[in-house]
Formats: sequence, structure tokens, C-alpha cells
Amino acid sequence: MDIELVSLTKRYGDTVAVDGINLKIRSGSYCCLLGPSGCGKTTTLRMIAGHETVSSGDVVIGPKAVGDLPPSERGTAMMFQSYALFPHLTCRDNVAFGLKMRGVPKAERIKRAEAMLALVQMDKLAGRLPAQLSGGQQQRVALARALVTGPKVLLLDEPLSALDPFLRVRMRTELKRLQGELGITFVHVTHSQEEAMALSDLVVVMNGGRIEQAADPRTVFERPATAFVARFIGGHNVIALPDRRIAVRADRMRLGPEAGPEAASARVVAVEYQGSTVHVSLEAPELSAEAGAPLTAILSDHAYADHPLALGDTVRVGWPSAEAHRLDA
Amino acid sequence: MSTATARVPSLPEAAQAAPALPGLAAETRRQRRLAYWQAMPLGLVFLAFFLVPLALTLIVSFWEYNEYEIIPAFTLQNYADVFEGCLSGADLCTTFRTYLSTLKFCLLGWAATLTVGFTVAYFVAFHVRSTAMQTVLFLICTIPFWTSNVIRMIAWIPLLGRNGLVNDTLMGLGVTKAPIEGLLYSDFSVVLAFIHLDTVFMIVPIFNSMMRIDRSLIEAATDAGATPWQTLWNVIVPLCKPGIAIGSIFVLTLIMGDFVTVGVMGGQQIASVGKVIQVQMSYLQFPAAAANAVVLLGAVMVLIGALTRLIDLRREL
Repeated sequence: MDIELVSLTKRYGDTVAVDGINLKIRSGSYCCLLGPSGCGKTTTLRMIAGHETVSSGDVVIGPKAVGDLPPSERGTAMMFQSYALFPHLTCRDNVAFGLKMRGVPKAERIKRAEAMLALVQMDKLAGRLPAQLSGGQQQRVALARALVTGPKVLLLDEPLSALDPFLRVRMRTELKRLQGELGITFVHVTHSQEEAMALSDLVVVMNGGRIEQAADPRTVFERPATAFVARFIGGHNVIALPDRRIAVRADRMRLGPEAGPEAASARVVAVEYQGSTVHVSLEAPELSAEAGAPLTAILSDHAYADHPLALGDTVRVGWPSAEAHRLDA
Repeated sequence: MSTATARVPSLPEAAQAAPALPGLAAETRRQRRLAYWQAMPLGLVFLAFFLVPLALTLIVSFWEYNEYEIIPAFTLQNYADVFEGCLSGADLCTTFRTYLSTLKFCLLGWAATLTVGFTVAYFVAFHVRSTAMQTVLFLICTIPFWTSNVIRMIAWIPLLGRNGLVNDTLMGLGVTKAPIEGLLYSDFSVVLAFIHLDTVFMIVPIFNSMMRIDRSLIEAATDAGATPWQTLWNVIVPLCKPGIAIGSIFVLTLIMGDFVTVGVMGGQQIASVGKVIQVQMSYLQFPAAAANAVVLLGAVMVLIGALTRLIDLRREL
């Protein structure tokens, strides 16, 4: 179901956590709310879920405004950051919990819970208690529990942050697969731009309670709207020119003879070998948008091998003019 | 009980089962010795103030006595006296009747303190938001302990007496014509005093259990469509079981061994096991009192055994 946020605001006393945001999430899409901690992304998610009251504005899910409805009447389900599995119930009973609360007869709810556990490949461990499961397994159970009541929207609060990097990538693939299979709307809160890029159809970059940019991942990466987005999404240099500010992708920077018309001289402050690429950090006072923040140029290993650089070297740094992307702020 | 231990996953032992290097084994032994040293002070206190008196009571319960002396000679007469007439089967013997009466107070007191204690703990743990306010309310709960429990009991007398505040008010309002007799020196007043004295012992462990419940579990329950009552029964109560069990053990043992409350609030008219022992002690019939105490200890242990069968404390803690 479509979700629409209409000048949604959350105030705690004098502080504004979410500042009148407007957003439309299409039905069946994977939306990531991305931002640093304290940017209001979790509060936004909790307001969609109904676990946080709305100070002003409204949440519209499908055809109706749900600002005042309890969570269970919104057609949403939430997966909590710490999974919040009931420690006294087995996996099966955890998953069946929502059905039990709705008065589904025992035999049927056990059957549906086991089917849901099979969907997340946890049917073998259905009789275990949460304490007897690993983090990844707990997460699968939490996912099954959220999905068992057939929600139209699944809300995920930093679902992958507690997992180790290897498992995180695997679960990421799995989340994407499930979303495709079920065809329901996923709203996923994360502070990892990599996760947002990999998963979403719609990336919503938030900062200070406002939306900086909401677009598909490619647009966000190729045409960041603001300096904040360019920095947060990574892989960009924010460059201050006399008349404007621009963002240039680090892998599009040119060094030495190819530097181009707007080249400036820069000093090499760090060289990091990364295998297929080499990251060169450069200090260029004329271009720096922020004092002390060096520019980064990502060179292919071949290009670097042709013109190796040493710390302290001075090089010309520039970019093809087509790669310069003008920033709004 | 042994089944309970078997169910606990024993990870540390599994880790030790691996063949250890000689140096490691010595280190483990040293650690173990250190652990015993660390446990020793408490162990000694237990020995001096718990095990020795208990052993003495047990020994004395088998001694003979007459009107003016205790004779250290083995006899089972004290126990035979406790259960005198109990095997004839016609009428209930005094001991059984006394135990039945005490058990009745146990049950009533337990049910009442559990209800009140759970409600208070629930309110403070889940409905009071600020930690400062929680602390203040908790301190208020302990106010009854600022005076001795005899004074706390006596304080009920002007309230509940025939011409007490309650009766005066009821008659003044025209609710009753004559004073209600059963308010004081009755089962009612005894249970009331137990609630007054023992509810805190229920509140503290239950509150402790409640504070350990992850608040996101409540949200998860709400998210799954549970009403507040369903959340209470399906999430909070099961997770409070250890607290409820500990509180119940406190209250049950306190009431089982009580003799003052039943005496004062029952107007010295209601029998209790503790009272029997106290009377025998006041007549210096120590062996008889000791035998009664041993039987009481057994009864309490059976009660607690049944309770821990219901809730596996070792697993829950």
C-alpha cells in the first residue's frame, strides 16, 4: 500500500525531532530512510508504525489517514532493532503470537507460524527459545513474526546493525528477495549508505529532522542534491569554486597532465592501496569547501602504476567539466 | 529438581572437558581454591548462624524432658506428642487443625499480597515514567517499616475496634445500624495485618523482575495486536514469574512461622503453628517446641518445593 507522510512533525518539548516532512512511498517499493544518528529517521518510522504519537501532520497508509490508530489497525508490522523476541516463548510461539492475540484457533496458528518459519528457513529450529539462537537466526524469527499477520507494510528499524559484516550482506540479499516475493512495501531505517544503495528503490536521506533528498539510489549517487548528501553518501568530493559549490565523484577526479581546465595544485597527504583501486588524499586549499577536509581521488591500479605518487608530492588536480555536479546548498 | 539442572545448558563444563595443558590445569585449580576462599566468609556466617542452630534444634527435638529439666537421651516421644491422636482418623487432631488454620492464612495472605504487590509494582514499573518518581514511590512503600511491626499492628485497633473509626464512620453515614463485630480480632483483621506487613516483600522482587523486561517487548506485543490485558497476561506475567516466586517464598515463610500477628490481631483466640511453639517455649518445654519447629520446617520446605516445581527458579534467574 502507498504510504504518504503529510508535513509530519514530532516535537519533544522544545526540540524538534522530525520537522514537517512530506514523502510519498509507492506501494510495493523498498524505501530506505538513511541518515546519521539523531536525524529523525527512527522517529519517523515509529510514527508510521504508531509507536510514537504525531505532534502535527499525518500518516496516510493506502486510502486512510492513520495518525490516531493503534499499530495493529494500520496494516503495518514492525521489526525491532533488538528483535524484541519474547524470551519465554519458543520460535513457533513467538511467530504465532500475533495470530493468538487475534483469536486464531491453535491448530491453524501453529500451521501458519510453521509455514512462515519455513519461508525464512527456520522451520528446523521452531521449538527453540530465542536465547538458544544466534543473532542471525533470531532475526529470521523476528522477520517471520512480523510477516505472519500479513501486513501490507513492513517497517524495519536498523535490522542489520547487530549482525557481523558477512551475515549482514547475506541477510540484505534475503530481505530484498522476500520483499520481491511478498510484493509489500518495506520501509527500512539504516545509517549505512551501502545498505541503502544495495536495497532500495527509494532512498530518503535525512538530516536534522528534514529530508535532504528522496530519490532512487542512482539519482542520489549521481546527482546529490546537497553538500550533506554528497558527503554522507560517500565517494564524492565537495569542492568550493569562487561562484558555486560542486560535487565531483572521487573516481572521476583527474591527476597530473589530464587534470583539465579547472585544475589546481594539491599536495598528496595519504595514499591507500585498495587492490583494484588506489585512494589518494589531496590537500588543495583553493578547492576545499571545508577547512581540513582533504579531497580524495580514486585511481585505477593501472593509472596509479603509470604515475606513482609519494607523500608530499605536489600534483595538479582537476576533473572533466561534465562530471561537475552543482549543489543546491 | 535434578531434571531442572539437567535442562540448563552447561557450557562452562563443556569447555573444561577439552584436554587441558598441565599449566592450565594448575591455573584452574588455583582459581577454584580462590573461589572457595572468597565464598568462605559467607559460608562461616551460614555455618554459625544457620546450620549450627538448626542442628541443635534437630538434636534437642529428640531429647526427653519433664516439668523441671531437659534430659539428653534419645526419644521419639516429642514427635509422637505432636501427632497425638492424628492417626485415629475420627476427628482432626489439634496439630492438623492448627496447620490447616495456618495454611488458610497462608493462602489468603499470599493471594492478597500477590494481588496488591503485583498491582503496585506494575504501576511503578510501567506507568511511572521518571526514575526519580519511581524511587520516591518506592521509598513510600517502605514507610511502614519505619516503625516496629507490633506498633503497626496496634495501630489498627483504634481503626477497627467496636467503637473504632471505621465503625463510627459507617454508623455516622447510616450504612450500618450496629457496629460490625468481625472487623477486629477476626480472620479478617489477621489477613489485613499480613497484607500491611508483608506486601513489600512481594513488591520488591516483582518490581525487580519487571524492570528487567525489555520495553521493546511491550511494543512488539502491541505491534502484534495485543490489547493491554493480553500483553499483561501473555508477556508481563510470564516474565515476572521469578519475582512472583521469590516474593511468594518470602510471604509464605513469613506467615507460616508467624505467631505475633495472629496473636495480636486475632485477640489471642486463633491458633497458629508459631503460636504453639512459642507457648511451649514459654513453659520451657524446649524439646517439644523443637520437635514442632522441625515439623514446621518440613511443612514449609514441602510448600516451597511445590512452588519451585511450578516455576523453575534456577532456569529463570
